[in-house]
Amino acid sequence: MNILSVRNVVKRYEKHTAVNDVSFNIPKGKIFGMLGPNGAGKTSLIRMITSITKADQGEILIDGEPLNALHPMQIGYLPEERGLYKKMKVGEQLLYLARLKGLSQKDARQKLNHWLEKFQITDWWNKKVGELSKGMQQKVQFIACVVHDPKLMILDEPFSGLDPINTNLIKDEIYEMNAKGKSIIFSTHRMEQVEQICEEIVLMNQGSVILEGNVKSIKNDFREDKFELEFDGHFPKDMLGESFQLLKDDETSCLIQANEGHDSNELLKGLMDRNIKINSFKEVLPSLNDIFIKKVGESNE
Amino acid sequence: MSKVNLIIGREYWTRVKTKTFLLTTFLAPIGIALFYAVLIFLMTRGSDKTKSIAIIDNAGLTENIELKKNNLVFDLSNQSLEELKEKYKAGQVDGIIELPPLDSTQAKYDIIYHADKTLAIDETSTIERMFRKPIRNFKMEAFGFEQSQLDKVETDIGISPQTINDTEKELSSITNLVSSGLGMAVGMLLFLVIMIFGTQVMRGVNEEKLNRIVEVLISSVKPIELMLGKVIGIGLVGLTQFAIWGILGLILSVGAMAFFGYDAGIGDMASNEMAADAMANPELQSKMSNVLKELMSINWAIILPLYLVYFLLGYVMYASIFAAVGAAAGDDVNEAQSLTTVVMVPLAAAFYIAISAAQSPDSTLAVWASIIPFTAPVVMPVRLASGPPAWQIILSVVLCVLFVLFLVWLAARIYRVGIMMYGKKASFKEIGKWILYKD
Repeated sequence: MNILSVRNVVKRYEKHTAVNDVSFNIPKGKIFGMLGPNGAGKTSLIRMITSITKADQGEILIDGEPLNALHPMQIGYLPEERGLYKKMKVGEQLLYLARLKGLSQKDARQKLNHWLEKFQITDWWNKKVGELSKGMQQKVQFIACVVHDPKLMILDEPFSGLDPINTNLIKDEIYEMNAKGKSIIFSTHRMEQVEQICEEIVLMNQGSVILEGNVKSIKNDFREDKFELEFDGHFPKDMLGESFQLLKDDETSCLIQANEGHDSNELLKGLMDRNIKINSFKEVLPSLNDIFIKKVGESNE
Repeated sequence: MSKVNLIIGREYWTRVKTKTFLLTTFLAPIGIALFYAVLIFLMTRGSDKTKSIAIIDNAGLTENIELKKNNLVFDLSNQSLEELKEKYKAGQVDGIIELPPLDSTQAKYDIIYHADKTLAIDETSTIERMFRKPIRNFKMEAFGFEQSQLDKVETDIGISPQTINDTEKELSSITNLVSSGLGMAVGMLLFLVIMIFGTQVMRGVNEEKLNRIVEVLISSVKPIELMLGKVIGIGLVGLTQFAIWGILGLILSVGAMAFFGYDAGIGDMASNEMAADAMANPELQSKMSNVLKELMSINWAIILPLYLVYFLLGYVMYASIFAAVGAAAGDDVNEAQSLTTVVMVPLAAAFYIAISAAQSPDSTLAVWASIIPFTAPVVMPVRLASGPPAWQIILSVVLCVLFVLFLVWLAARIYRVGIMMYGKKASFKEIGKWILYKD
């Protein structure tokens, strides 16, 4: 079952098409990465999912149902541009935002207490938001996004402006909520975070999806048959040529590229035949960052 | 609907609970009272420094003259100009008035004032007024009138109104004065309140846009709910302030009636000590009690609810335009200002027409301006006290209601696009396109 299905969605603005016939599915209970350079159409798409704007064409299904007035209550949205009322107190503000999401006064109060305790910030209740630092405001905003216990969360650059400690705190929360079966859409430019956190991704550029799927299988698809070896001595030059290329050669390790039609077994066999002691061997997969740059570059051409 | 209530609640309580609200609510009336007290004090006190002025009378106009008028003290010693100039140099007089011989055939008469500094404007008019009557008497006598005839020349003219059809109604010469004064006060109050609270709506909307909280809000509620919640919430703040002022005003006016002894059931209170002072000045007392009588004869049961209706219509009308402006404007102050003119021009026009309508409530301009929706919420209340025909009131209210509905719709369309539009300059052409955008 998919928590979110985007089907042939189009969003046009006056002079350009922000989202051009985009389709993808997000399975329930996954952490899903939505990637793309600036202006790829991510925010436009998110705004349609959160019912802020409407799609010109196509449809968006939440949990199998076409988007309706009740869905915003089941979605938690942390926009990239954070914003809170500066002059309002933290408690009043969170209470207000929680109640706008449909919680009763009592429910909201209870859930907020839980979150404030969890983040150890119960003494902030009567502080004005304007008195808090930017990182502290981020935490408040994060609570506002999750307090109504949404089944789908959309986090746009959730770690920007956070120190490493708070980054970990929020990251742990994301994992914890995911473990409870919540689906999370995670939008960012920071590829190392995506690699760490997301199971599935969709890569957008200029309003279209250019790549989607499981992070591991995408990386496999983009494997370049590069291997890193550690052994004693130098790489035997007679093995190079038609079968292998030596990309890097240090004292103790080297990076080998297997040419078309040759594989790691052949490489290991050749080395073993020559009685070379291998200390370590691994395949080097391209980073998501490399894939991102490669795909975006290709699609821009 | 419950979400709109939440928004209204936030807008209301975050404003009412502030110190600024308490201060303006309770200090503003005191401030206004103080302002008038100071004004009256300054007006009655006049210039502070006495000036001694010598008069050389070559026309025989100083026979019955008062020797001290306001801050001017006159010296009629009739010394020569040369002698007086010496006294001026010695600092014994502050100026010398020379009255040249008077020719009854001349329409113009120039009094010469010798001094290095000119007279102040109020001093000039004091002197002019002082000699007006002697000069006229001089001329009349020259034309052969007798003193007994001269005394009868002056006539005190009054216009005593009598109704023709409506025999029930009792009119008095001050009816117009009272209704015009009341209209003026109401018109001014409405103008100020619409402007003050409308501006608050604009600032509130713009704040939400600039600090980006609007994106979170719009993902929970519809833009129109957010806009209406804000407009209604701030309007309720205005009504609260009105209610408090109304109660304060009622207490004060009951006090005033007791003081001046108006005999409508509370007349007995006139016998108390405070009223005794007022009794000492019977002329003032009768004037005040006439004004109170006129005020009591106004049909408040109809007029007060209409004031409220026009306040609501005018407020919602302008507040929604203010909301659209706040949504369209970015953080550029100039941009916001040029957009605000759209609201300020009709509002200022309404205010100026209201001033003229207070004086002549049945002029063509006043009648039309009280029917056309942009100006009606300010102009019609001004006319209400003078009793305009019912059809005009009904037409005006109906048109206003329709217009308000249209404006709210229009403003909501601009609002929903503008509030999410960053970095783009909101020209009028651009805003025109927003109205036509689909959702």
